Amino acid sequence: MAGRYIPLTEDEKRRMLEAVGVASIDALFEAIPAELRQRGELKIAGPQSELEVERHLASLADLNTHSCLSFVGAGAYQHHIPAHVGQTALRSEFSTAYTPYQPEISQGTLQAVFEFQTMMCQLTGLDISNASLYDGATATAEAMLMSNRANDRKTFLIPRSLHPEYRAVCRTYAANLGFNLVEIGFGADGRSDLAEAASAAGADLSAIILQSPNFFGCLEDWTEAARIAHAHDALAVAVTAEALSLALIKSPGECGCDIAVGEAQSFGIPVSFGGPYLGFLAARQKLVRNMPGRLVGQTIDKNGRRGYVLTLATREQHIRREKATSNICTNQGLCALMATIYMATLGRRGLRDLACLNLSQAAYLRKAIESSRKMRVRFSGTCFNELVVDLGRSSKEVQERLQDRGVIAGLPLGVFFPELATTLLLCVTETARREDIDTLVRELEAVL
Amino acid sequence: MKPEMKLIFEKSREGRTGYQVPDTGVESVDPRAHLGRWFREDIAGFPELSEPEVVRHFVNLSKLNYSIDEGMYPLGSCTMKYNPKINETTAAMDGFAGVHPYWPERQIQGALRLMRDLEHLLCEITGLAAFSLQPAAGAHGELTGMLMVTAHNKSRGEKRDVVLIPDSAHGTNPSSAHICGLKVQQIASNTRGRLDLESLRAHISPSVAALMITNPNTLGLFEDEIAKIAGMLHEAGAQLYMDGANMNALLGKVRPGDLGVDVLHLNLHKTFSTPHGGGGPGAGPVGAAKHLERFRPVPVIEEHDGQLRFASNRPDSVGKVKGFYGNFGMLVRAYTYILSLGASGLREIAEAAVLNANYVRAKLSDRYHLPYSCLNMHEVILSDKKQMVHGVTTLNIAKRLMDYGFHPPTIYFPLIVSGAMMIEPTESEPLDEIDRFIAAMRAIADEAETNPDIVKNAPHSTTVQKLDEARAARTPILRWKP
Amino acid sequence: MTYPENYRYTKEHEWIALEGDVGTIGITDFAQRELGDIILVDLPKAGAHLDEHQTMGTVESVKAVSEIYSPITGDVIEVNDSLASAPEKVNQDPHGAAWFVKVKVSNPAAADALMTADQYADYIQQKAGS
Repeated sequence: MAGRYIPLTEDEKRRMLEAVGVASIDALFEAIPAELRQRGELKIAGPQSELEVERHLASLADLNTHSCLSFVGAGAYQHHIPAHVGQTALRSEFSTAYTPYQPEISQGTLQAVFEFQTMMCQLTGLDISNASLYDGATATAEAMLMSNRANDRKTFLIPRSLHPEYRAVCRTYAANLGFNLVEIGFGADGRSDLAEAASAAGADLSAIILQSPNFFGCLEDWTEAARIAHAHDALAVAVTAEALSLALIKSPGECGCDIAVGEAQSFGIPVSFGGPYLGFLAARQKLVRNMPGRLVGQTIDKNGRRGYVLTLATREQHIRREKATSNICTNQGLCALMATIYMATLGRRGLRDLACLNLSQAAYLRKAIESSRKMRVRFSGTCFNELVVDLGRSSKEVQERLQDRGVIAGLPLGVFFPELATTLLLCVTETARREDIDTLVRELEAVL
Repeated sequence: MKPEMKLIFEKSREGRTGYQVPDTGVESVDPRAHLGRWFREDIAGFPELSEPEVVRHFVNLSKLNYSIDEGMYPLGSCTMKYNPKINETTAAMDGFAGVHPYWPERQIQGALRLMRDLEHLLCEITGLAAFSLQPAAGAHGELTGMLMVTAHNKSRGEKRDVVLIPDSAHGTNPSSAHICGLKVQQIASNTRGRLDLESLRAHISPSVAALMITNPNTLGLFEDEIAKIAGMLHEAGAQLYMDGANMNALLGKVRPGDLGVDVLHLNLHKTFSTPHGGGGPGAGPVGAAKHLERFRPVPVIEEHDGQLRFASNRPDSVGKVKGFYGNFGMLVRAYTYILSLGASGLREIAEAAVLNANYVRAKLSDRYHLPYSCLNMHEVILSDKKQMVHGVTTLNIAKRLMDYGFHPPTIYFPLIVSGAMMIEPTESEPLDEIDRFIAAMRAIADEAETNPDIVKNAPHSTTVQKLDEARAARTPILRWKP
Repeated sequence: MTYPENYRYTKEHEWIALEGDVGTIGITDFAQRELGDIILVDLPKAGAHLDEHQTMGTVESVKAVSEIYSPITGDVIEVNDSLASAPEKVNQDPHGAAWFVKVKVSNPAAADALMTADQYADYIQQKAGS
């Protein structure tokens, strides 16, 4: 009995075996020494009908909460996704195609990537962008490796206000390469102490890696970071975990940064328990040969017609092997397509309007907290759509109590910053209505 | 002929938008005043279109692609199998797609249980002790696996800085090892297309951290001396890493753990049917034998009093390799797939995939040169040796296949076969489609003799024809400019 | 294409033309044909010291990267900067306009150990046949 995904009938198998010249299916596997072969079947139930599988998965999905009011951000943002984004991206022609190695029959994917690269350049204010990386954390680590390739130096300034998971991934990637990762502290405004960065910068500085809005939601000074880096002939890497902010905030390029990386999950990609997301990396033209990942370029065909191809592939692993600029092969292609459709839909006006709404939401939340006597805004720095609230007592306990009241009140920061164990990182996107924000503040006050 | 496709920026008209901002009831702030020195004036050049225009643009673009849902896609080593649609339905369930990674553990028990169950299923399929689902793709899995090997050696106070890699390996292998600070030494293949044991013996030393082997290898052949290879490495204190890109051939037939493999990665986007998405996302879980388990990335899933939770306090771990916990959406798809098939279905996949590839070989062996003429596993390698006489190359044959309505095989890989064509039909193809492909390949072999120019100038039927790649690389245009 | 009689050649397909103690270095016509369309030539800077048989740069085509090995020991005195903007010159005129660097050679006699034009022609003939 052939499974529903396997077309061959028993009769066809017999005919094919005959053509191959072997007596049985088993004989096809004769290259595997008999003593190594598996005896009996795997211990996996099934096959199951589609209905049964769907029911089982639905029962698991139902074990997860999805009807709470959630105010969690911290690198994964719940934005509304227009219906056509997923429907268009999931068309078979996009989702079931491979990497566009054969350009003549992959122009759809290639042109979409070219458009993605263009939009990321426009947003970051830089000259070139690649076709995507796994996520914001690995993109940050790739920027670190790229800086090392560009200037052959090994010291990196990594502020503590950089997303803790991004920092952790940088440490993992650097573990066997002899890199020196220097942490920089933050002040009462929630921003990195760039004076400390300036004094830590020396002749071996490869790059300063500064996130804005940073992990606490505060805007950082990329211009000053670039000035410090350039004074030492080093590079400035701008990181953004909430890509929507780029629509309204002075771009890394305009601030003088050399590389911009981050997470573009906000652009039409569901939070999906942490992935798949969309890492991006953009840079100045002079760094093009050091770029990791795929690049799509415009060219012409033999009739002079415009077309697109994967280009500058000699940087990549399949040609340069251990000397490649990165080991990345499969990237986040379909996520980049979703982001491209999303950005095209919102466009020049919609993206800025949405960013402005997020800014307004956080301003409203901030005002509400400031007018409460039971809690306070922890950092004075300007925010985009996230801020840190200090409850004066264990935020983990408060957050747990609010769960019973149908509210997930942000992320307790004690898990990453012991000194911030009384604080919550709160996020408000356009999905929160005014009454939802009021509910949050009311519920917090009720348990404090 | 269809008109040239405009870029989305060229279709933009000032004043249009495809989005209406919701009214949340919150008063709008003046962003310029609010942001001060951070305020950005404009996103110059960003497109402005209505929703129908955006949808049409991308639907029209999609039509310029070839995809597995249209026909056979015999791209060797990439396992272009059918991607069941139920997988999309389950991954999109609100209880999965709508779950935030930082929600408290009590709210995410379903997601944790799915991940734990999938880890157990992959352990059962591979015969290994433990899995990490975090790596985002095959190359990321290689990096993670080799970081674990490096951590293992460090924990024993050993300095092993050499990795052995066969000459037929994927380029990601040496590239991933390089990020672990390892130096690559290449091992030759023998005349049977397998790893040469003499070459291996000559390279084994106390500095060797691991051998990275692909099995079946990129020639589509099972490494039949794998047990001996594992023994040689283990005797020298080195690890056996298996690139599981070709696991489709082994499902239910042989378990890597039983072959002496210490660590491996799987490609869920190859073997376990998650869609390739025009280049990703994928997922590259890493499996490890008992002695390497404690080096897995954090967090790992633990069970306490019937509740599952993430544990990060693991002093031996290599650390974090990715934000959050991996490409979860791809894990849901692969889990759905494994449950749909069950043990017998998985085994039938390997059987059908291997039968199809051998059938293609048998039906083309009289017209194309076979560098290795033995029984193969899930893919078969041909070369252009017979067609070269007429000036027709592998590239020409690949492009000509497009005119016959097929995606070409993987070409010029592995590097050790001149003019290689690597054909992997997978189990998804009906016999009629395979026969149609064989007929196309035979017709091209005829054309190479009787009308080589039609092959050399292919493709003729595509919207764009041969593209000038040298021009693209010499003066790169990597973005649109007004 | 013929191989100039007054040049010397390496097994890695570089050529060197000596005038006194100044050597001009490039890659051969055979090498450029093997590589295909050249898209980038990465060369050492003026003042760099080169050692015989050591890597002095890379040549890239669309789908391959090839290292360039110095045929001789010496110091770079001039670099052909025009290749940066016009790498296709290597395909068009490998033995002439597309020279890579000029080197002040420490021991010009060392070039005698390299292949002559005839020897090199035989060498690539054999390679093509294998």
